[in-house]
Amino acid sequence: MKTRSTLALSLALSLSIQADNWTQFRGLDGASVSGDKLPTKLDKKNISWSVDLPGRGLSSPIVYGNKVFLSAASGPDQRRLHVICLNADTGKQIWERQFWATGRTMTHPKTCVAAPTPVCDGERVYVLYSSNDLICLDHDGNVKWLRGLTLDYPNASNSLGMSSSPIVIGDTLVVQVENDSESFAAGINVQTGVNRWKLDRPKAANWTSPTVAKSDGKYVAILQSSKGIHALNPRSGEEVWYFGGGASTIPSSTFAGDGVLYVPANGITALKPGSKTKDVKELWVSGQLKPGTSSPVVMGQNIFTVNSIGVLTCGDINGGKRLWQIRMKGKKFSATPVAAGGFLYAVNEEGLVQVIDVKGEEGEVISTLDLGETVLGTPSVARNSLFIRSDGRVWKIGS
Amino acid sequence: MKTTTLKTAAVIFAGALCAHAVSPGEVQKAIAAIKAVGPEGEGNAKASDAWLTLSKGGDDMLIPLLTAMNGASPMAANWLRGAVHTVADKGINSGHGLPTGAIEEWLRDTRNDPRARRLAYDLIKQVQPQRAEWLIKGMLNDPSVELRRDAVRNVLNDAKARSSTKLYQKALDHARDVDQIQTAVAELRKAGKTVDVPKQFGFLMDWQVVGPFDNAEKEGFARKYAPESKVNLKTAYDGKKDKVKWEAFTSEDQYGMVDINTVYGMEKGVTAYAFTEYEAKEARKAELRLGSKNAWKIWVNGKFIFGRDEYHRGMRIDQYRLPIQLQKGKNTILVKLCQDEQEKPWTKEWQFQLRVSDATGAAILAQNRKPTPAAALKPKPRKKR
Repeated sequence: MKTRSTLALSLALSLSIQADNWTQFRGLDGASVSGDKLPTKLDKKNISWSVDLPGRGLSSPIVYGNKVFLSAASGPDQRRLHVICLNADTGKQIWERQFWATGRTMTHPKTCVAAPTPVCDGERVYVLYSSNDLICLDHDGNVKWLRGLTLDYPNASNSLGMSSSPIVIGDTLVVQVENDSESFAAGINVQTGVNRWKLDRPKAANWTSPTVAKSDGKYVAILQSSKGIHALNPRSGEEVWYFGGGASTIPSSTFAGDGVLYVPANGITALKPGSKTKDVKELWVSGQLKPGTSSPVVMGQNIFTVNSIGVLTCGDINGGKRLWQIRMKGKKFSATPVAAGGFLYAVNEEGLVQVIDVKGEEGEVISTLDLGETVLGTPSVARNSLFIRSDGRVWKIGS
Repeated sequence: MKTTTLKTAAVIFAGALCAHAVSPGEVQKAIAAIKAVGPEGEGNAKASDAWLTLSKGGDDMLIPLLTAMNGASPMAANWLRGAVHTVADKGINSGHGLPTGAIEEWLRDTRNDPRARRLAYDLIKQVQPQRAEWLIKGMLNDPSVELRRDAVRNVLNDAKARSSTKLYQKALDHARDVDQIQTAVAELRKAGKTVDVPKQFGFLMDWQVVGPFDNAEKEGFARKYAPESKVNLKTAYDGKKDKVKWEAFTSEDQYGMVDINTVYGMEKGVTAYAFTEYEAKEARKAELRLGSKNAWKIWVNGKFIFGRDEYHRGMRIDQYRLPIQLQKGKNTILVKLCQDEQEKPWTKEWQFQLRVSDATGAAILAQNRKPTPAAALKPKPRKKR
């Protein structure tokens, strides 16, 4: 049993170690914001490299040091699962491991089995698939442990596909596996792959990802569902606080640097976490900021949401007032934008990458780059570059 | 069985003797640790150490690793697969290559695990792609569905290039994957041939159905109505509104769809049961392969097999694969099918399709199977399934 101080240290290490990397869905603490310097004028020349992938996927690439990790699935029923490690500088493959899906692989045609984004810490990479296969490798591709969560919990699946991306908090991997039939969340020991805790969750389809937040100075795992928000102690699974009233089941909450949790609920609901349920404060609710599939992004004093047809809305985080709206290029958007240096980087489903200058009175698309392929996955940012993947390819776009 | 075990052990030891810095005893112990992994991560810690031991081996470790997949659980097979990739990569990256002769010999033994044989094939393909293409030509009737698929793909390509009905028929005779069967059937029909699709797949077409029973607020899924205790086709039951009794239903759909709405109308918040008798030629292992977007439960010979309470999230042929044991002679199959109360346009379906197959997906036809209804032999406009 770890002491509280040891736990606090491991939490601090696991979160600080991510500073120069993009270790999970939406990057640093799931906020979609990077301190990197990205190009603002995009051109084909900005493509440092692009690499063919062995299978489908809409999970984001994640980056740790000089390594890019990706998941993919191939075969007629996507039953062959791939974990790929590329050299971030050259795109050259360092290793690839393949596994067989042990759970159901049926999905809606638009999504696919490699939908959840992997997560890594300084030692290991954790890769979850829609089939609920959970693979843990070290950074050199050595198998550390495996789980087949549908083998363990046979009705945990969704015939439309699962997409919740796991997170690591300290030495616990938090997975959210929610569907109509057998819903649960679990905290898994990162070293052994054994459950520390497992909770029943609402029996309803849910594609949101857990988020890490701070409540009263302590890290909590935020689980979002149609019932609302549950904040859990990541190591014990015990509830720290709950906020009811329901929330979206597609875009996920964002915990921003201002200590506020921005929840896709009734548009956007801003919550100030507390140490108990009664201490949680609802700061504001704005129906004008309703996102589509993508999750909210907070940069500076602004919150940004994108709806499914490409309308980018900017709101004031102090009160939730809508400040402006622009229509970006393209008619369909699934990916969450990323923010860096006062610019947003969004990519539509047609694969058009757009740089939006959001520093002025109204946002403006100032540059675009057409990748020419369907892109549904959220971009990642590391090494002053964007990493974007389609079903068949991954690109590094840098200065 | 005893001979196979000894042979497997001999292969493991032989491989281990040549492996780098891993003794035969260590190999045996490591494989045992990996094969011992259980549910919920049980045995992961020991398996992780064992995996490192195995992955240190040279390429002579490949055959022992592949052989260890025989009889391995799905989780253990994945641990072993990871080790195969690691060992193979070392051989390839060092320029040493792979022992393709030994791998090919192992691949040719169809008693080995079908998926592991596909993995062995992929290793050959990685270093000798032309040899692999040559090998696949002889695998049209292979017990590995993945190997067979590539062989059928080649026949379909030839059939297309030569506009050959004969080759399309050959592809159909050997195909197991739904998409390949559908491709061959479409081409044969274009050529004016009649194809008995329900028989090809082994869909169960003749049923007795009873309902509707109440499923308000989805509570009927857990409720044990009378047919779950005993099926008596002459009995009437208390249904949702009135007395209900068993009625004969024959599917006229080429994919064996049992559409309950056509029996009771577009009901919501209801459940029904479908029952059939299946005469098996012999006692054997088999699979029930089900497609449905409604909540369902299945019993075979009175034994509960599986159930799932998901509604309207999608449906396809072979959506669920349920291993069963058939007994020689009469077997009974009972399906419970629940409809929820959603009123959205995509929540109207109250239907399922069920077939009996072997592990490769080949139909196992019942001895009492009736001729396919004429309507099911005619192609209908494709519905998204």
